[in-house]
Amino acid sequence: KRSSSKLTTGISDIFTKRRLDDDALEEFEDLLITSDLGVTTAAKLSAELSKTRFDKEVDSAEIQEFIAEEVAKILEPVAQPLVIDASKKPHVVLVVGVNGSGKTTTIGKLAKTYKDQGLKVMMAAGDTFRAAAVEQLKVWGERTDCPVIARDTGADAAGLAFDAIEQAQREGYDLLLIDTAGRLQNKAHLMDELKKIVRVIKKRDETAPHDTLLVLDATTGQNAHSQVETFGQATNVSGLIVTKLDGTAKGGVVVALAEKFGKPVHAIGVGESAEDLRPFEAKSFARSLAGLED
Amino acid sequence: MFEGLSDRLGGVLDKLRKRGALKESDVKEAMREVRVALLEADVALPVVKTFISNATERAVGADVLRSVTPGQMVVKIVHDELKNMLGEGEEINLASTPPVPILMVGLQGSGKTTSSAKIALNLTKKRNKKVLLASLDIYRPAAQQQLKVLADDNGLGILPIVMGEKPVSIAKRAMDTGRKEGYDAVILDTAGRLHIDMELMSEVAQIRDAVNPVETLLVTDAMTGQDSVNVAKEFADKVGITGIVLTRVDGDARGGAALSMRQITGCPIKMIGIGEKIDEMEAFHPDRIANRILGMGDVVSLVEKA
Ligand SMILES: Nc1nc2c(ncn2[C@@H]2O[C@H](COP(=O)(O)OP(=O)(O)OP(=O)(O)O)[C@@H](O)[C@H]2O)c(=O)[nH]1
Ligand SMILES: Nc1nc2c(ncn2[C@@H]2O[C@H](COP(=O)(O)OP(=O)(O)OP(=O)(O)O)[C@@H](O)[C@H]2O)c(=O)[nH]1
Ligand SMILES: [Mg+2]
Ligand SMILES: [Mg+2]
Repeated sequence: KRSSSKLTTGISDIFTKRRLDDDALEEFEDLLITSDLGVTTAAKLSAELSKTRFDKEVDSAEIQEFIAEEVAKILEPVAQPLVIDASKKPHVVLVVGVNGSGKTTTIGKLAKTYKDQGLKVMMAAGDTFRAAAVEQLKVWGERTDCPVIARDTGADAAGLAFDAIEQAQREGYDLLLIDTAGRLQNKAHLMDELKKIVRVIKKRDETAPHDTLLVLDATTGQNAHSQVETFGQATNVSGLIVTKLDGTAKGGVVVALAEKFGKPVHAIGVGESAEDLRPFEAKSFARSLAGLED
Repeated sequence: MFEGLSDRLGGVLDKLRKRGALKESDVKEAMREVRVALLEADVALPVVKTFISNATERAVGADVLRSVTPGQMVVKIVHDELKNMLGEGEEINLASTPPVPILMVGLQGSGKTTSSAKIALNLTKKRNKKVLLASLDIYRPAAQQQLKVLADDNGLGILPIVMGEKPVSIAKRAMDTGRKEGYDAVILDTAGRLHIDMELMSEVAQIRDAVNPVETLLVTDAMTGQDSVNVAKEFADKVGITGIVLTRVDGDARGGAALSMRQITGCPIKMIGIGEKIDEMEAFHPDRIANRILGMGDVVSLVEKA
């Protein structure tokens, strides 16, 4: 089903046995840029490559291994699983992000993951704005056999979150996953609304939300920087989840994000079903970015 | 967050103080900065390369207007070339026997369902058409419900949902209903799909063959990165498209994907989404997107006035 990585074909086009001169380095940088690593990170890796191999003969396999290794080094510190502390009763996870990034689907997948581990999981349909967002999460509730706390479209999302925590506390749930409406980070009033949700959550449990996950679409380019920065300022984003890695976009911007923000990356989405959530592994992500199979 | 091109070019262009025609060496140096600015705006690399070679050709030897600096002149040339490559926006084509089928395609979450409703409203209000919406998305939870809510809330025609019906049959039923009930256009919203998902790509090709759409619109997100070329190419090859709808232009992304997709497909950008509400859609103006990609509206208007 999957096509081979573009980067691989690119690398083998450029580096079939060739002396690493300035031109080759520039092409190397360009290749990294086509995976959304961004100009700065690409330049950094290229300088790294040039340090040990300038003027030497290189081939594509060697270049791929180099990319995989360097990228893995950058990603290793941020590859951290999401740890749920069930003793919080409930551990509250708030899920935020821009429109259409995959928040609701990811919540469904997380519900399945932790339910399968034996936790009592509840979801709250905090997207009270978008048409049929509530119905969408309810379907995930049926699929995963977890209750979904919901109100009508147009209701106050903060109030709903408050009620959901109260109910989860009362009924002894281990994990509460709160969905939110998609919003673009440059919209101050929508970011304020998000802050209000957090404030109201704290009224019920001042240690909550215990995690605030920013869901990032792997197809996104350099705007991901602004997303992490602005969502991070509005809420205390504790980690990222990268979705849609089953496409041809390899999510290279994550490498630049790891360098710049150092936020943990917990998991990746590789499809639309409940099972399609994987832990984020630095090495395999890096190898896939470099076009190497595991 | 990102420097606009003006900041970036500052140092390089300040050196170009001399009057007269632009020299090749100066232009080359400036274009290096233009290249970086375009890449940071998410214009895909192959498109950046074409762009730079076109713009360089135009700039070398160009006469610098008296009242501007050579640097500003370069910026103006770059801007004009960008505008030129973005092309003019075009109206949605309805020049065919009604009901005119319009097929909406694209990646997951790109904004197809919202854009379907927006276009229906636009055609109804601005062009006085009777439009039927139909959801062919039998996969995403509550997708059909989503389109129905959007239609009902805004008084738009919607094909009744029949549980268990397959996309191709829904498409045919939509066209039948469109004919019988005197609709001018039928907008077919499809499920999001990956361009490399052979099964779903062939499904959408079957839908196309069943209805012969007059417009097949690729809906794409303004935040898309370098992958835009793969997506555009595959959808153009496997389904064939006639236009692009760019969504989330209300964000702060520089929107380089617009240029990439336009360049790869050769198709005009027909509409842009500027918000979540269904009246938040407008016609495409290459000028505005060019300024956004470059991040330098000021210089351009300065040169234009000179
Ligand atoms: N291929 C693929 N599709 C995904 C993945 N995650 C989510 N999707 C799809 O992306 C689309 C949007 O997902 P949602 O979960 O509705 O996104 P959202 O962030 O909740 O969207 P809004 O609430 O509208 O902002 C749906 O069609 C999902 O099925 C993934 O990992 N891979
Ligand atoms: N800010 C903004 N949000 C938009 C725009 N267009 C769509 N959206 C939002 O993007 C999200 C996804 O939109 P949908 O219309 O559901 O996307 P889709 O392509 O139909 O998604 P799938 O059917 O899952 O593939 C929703 O939250 C929409 O409200 C836009 O122009 N601006
Ligand atoms: Mg959602
Ligand atoms: Mg849809």
